[in-house]
Amino acid sequence: MLFMFQLTLKSIKNRKFTAILTTLTIALSVCLLIGVQKIRYEAKNSFTNTISGTDLIVGARSGSIQLLLYSVFRIGNATNNLSWESYLDIQQNRKVKWAVPLSLGDSHKGFRVLGTRATYFEHYLYQGDKALEFTQGKPFKGVFDAVIGAEVAKKLGYQLQDNIVISHGAGEISFSKHDNMPFTVTGILKKTGTPVDQTIHVSLSAIEAIHVGWESGASPRHKISAEQALKQDLAPKTITAVMLGLHRKHSIFSVMRSVNEYPEEPLLAIMPGIALQELWQLVGVAEQALLVISGFVVLTGLMGMLTVILSSLNERRREMAILRSVGARPWQIATLLVSEAFIFTLLGILFGIGLLYGLLWILQPWMFDQFGLYMPMTFMHSDALWVLLSILCMGLVIGLIPGYRAYKTTLTDGLTIKV
Amino acid sequence: MSNLIELSDIQFSWLPSQPPIIDIPKLTIKRGERIFISGDSGSGKSTLLSLIGGVNLPQSGSISVIDKPLHTLGNAQRDLFRADHIGFIFQIFNLIPYLSVIDNVTLPCFFSKKRKQNIQQSSLEDEAIRLLSDLRLTGDIIYKPVTQLSTGQQQRVAAARALMGKPELIIADEPTSSLDTDRRADFINLLFEECDHQDTTLLFVSHDKALESLFHHTISLADINQAATVEDF
Repeated sequence: MLFMFQLTLKSIKNRKFTAILTTLTIALSVCLLIGVQKIRYEAKNSFTNTISGTDLIVGARSGSIQLLLYSVFRIGNATNNLSWESYLDIQQNRKVKWAVPLSLGDSHKGFRVLGTRATYFEHYLYQGDKALEFTQGKPFKGVFDAVIGAEVAKKLGYQLQDNIVISHGAGEISFSKHDNMPFTVTGILKKTGTPVDQTIHVSLSAIEAIHVGWESGASPRHKISAEQALKQDLAPKTITAVMLGLHRKHSIFSVMRSVNEYPEEPLLAIMPGIALQELWQLVGVAEQALLVISGFVVLTGLMGMLTVILSSLNERRREMAILRSVGARPWQIATLLVSEAFIFTLLGILFGIGLLYGLLWILQPWMFDQFGLYMPMTFMHSDALWVLLSILCMGLVIGLIPGYRAYKTTLTDGLTIKV
Repeated sequence: MSNLIELSDIQFSWLPSQPPIIDIPKLTIKRGERIFISGDSGSGKSTLLSLIGGVNLPQSGSISVIDKPLHTLGNAQRDLFRADHIGFIFQIFNLIPYLSVIDNVTLPCFFSKKRKQNIQQSSLEDEAIRLLSDLRLTGDIIYKPVTQLSTGQQQRVAAARALMGKPELIIADEPTSSLDTDRRADFINLLFEECDHQDTTLLFVSHDKALESLFHHTISLADINQAATVEDF
């Protein structure tokens, strides 16, 4: 048996060119399959960990995914706001450890502006326990200070002390600008791969200040200056959402209930982790399709191998007859072909893994930079190992086909072949 | 001398519906003999060899090789028996192209424990080198791929392989047909020397009557095969 295996290796070495091509076909398809799997896994992982450490997100009553989309991903708009009084009530709940208000609605050159408190930078966690970090500067202190995400800084080329003007509304092109009150960049955040990168953070008072005189919803006839605005009462009247941290995890449901049954106005509390999972399932259909396609690519690779081995059978009839004449039994000759399929598949899988990790190593920084997708060079998770093992088994099973044909051929050919 | 091969009342046809192409009442070959089997092409020489080699079984009659009645053995047992006791040399294409000369020669010992055990004094490689040098193949050539050898050299490698592990019987089916006429006698003499050395019986099939005089006995297939009308196929 071992000898037949060695013989197979020598025989393959003799057909280097087709052997390399066959192995490469399998390697590429395997690389694609486990690559897709890896991206799927890491994308889901990074997506569902966009926000962590926050137990609940509270907003005006709407759908949970809608609330998640605008509060975390800054996609779409809130249909309603919640009142500042409600915020204070929630904050005073004994089970609540911390509450960070979020106020959305303005933008700067397509990037959303988030009004919040400086505590946001402590409580916003992602990928489990990673906190936001500053590459330059520090959290906002003054009313017209702004902290920008890494992507904002990079795309717009902003540095500390640069001035920015906020536009009213969320559109990329806005005709009504809060140009009477420019902001100063006081902090730039490190890249996180989350929507924070695309956000401009200012204080809640700043949001109030720039909207003095805008109560009707339209641009005021006479814009007031920053100095004048500062003299006004800048306590917020409404906010968009609240991030909550609780003292104990197990009180999540009771806090959720008390928020959902809040008598003063209709509110909704969601668990961000759960909502993120739900959202992922919506977008997950495409990646499922991708996985199925790469599964078929692997199948194609194995079929290619089958074709190569089967078509080599005829030109190897002589070799098989010779082996038979020196004493090889028909089943041993079948072994020769089954182990050939096995070797091709095994090498293909190993090359495929090598190729994937080689690509990961090269593309890792670029993928994080371009897509905010961090692909750690971790060992494959058990799913991928099972997939690889089943590919190997499929290779073996496919090898049985030429093995059986060779078995039959050697029996009819005998020791000499009649050409 | 005892009999190595005994055939009695053999009848064989490829298809049961056809008349037999081999019909031999009796044939015995003694141990250590060098037998020349002559016959025109299509006279059933190769078929006879396949019966003696246990590749095919006759429809009736019995064949014993080394006191073993072949028809009592199953397919797998006949395979094993053949691997243990018989070496083959064919007309052309005897060698595995992707193996070196020496690996080709040692090949039978990986399929037969008995032939491996028959080489007691030395390693497989040493024995292969001895056989090859007896057949005038020495030096670097034995580690080269067989594809770099001339036809004459290839046939001597094939002979060395057939002799490897001292099988009792060597069946040579037209081994000289691909050689130049003046090389044929050389090849046969080298083969003889080695067969004597190992006490191996040689069955040599050829249509080339010029070689006949070199052998102990000649069996003319036309004389012993009673399947009278032999068609050319």
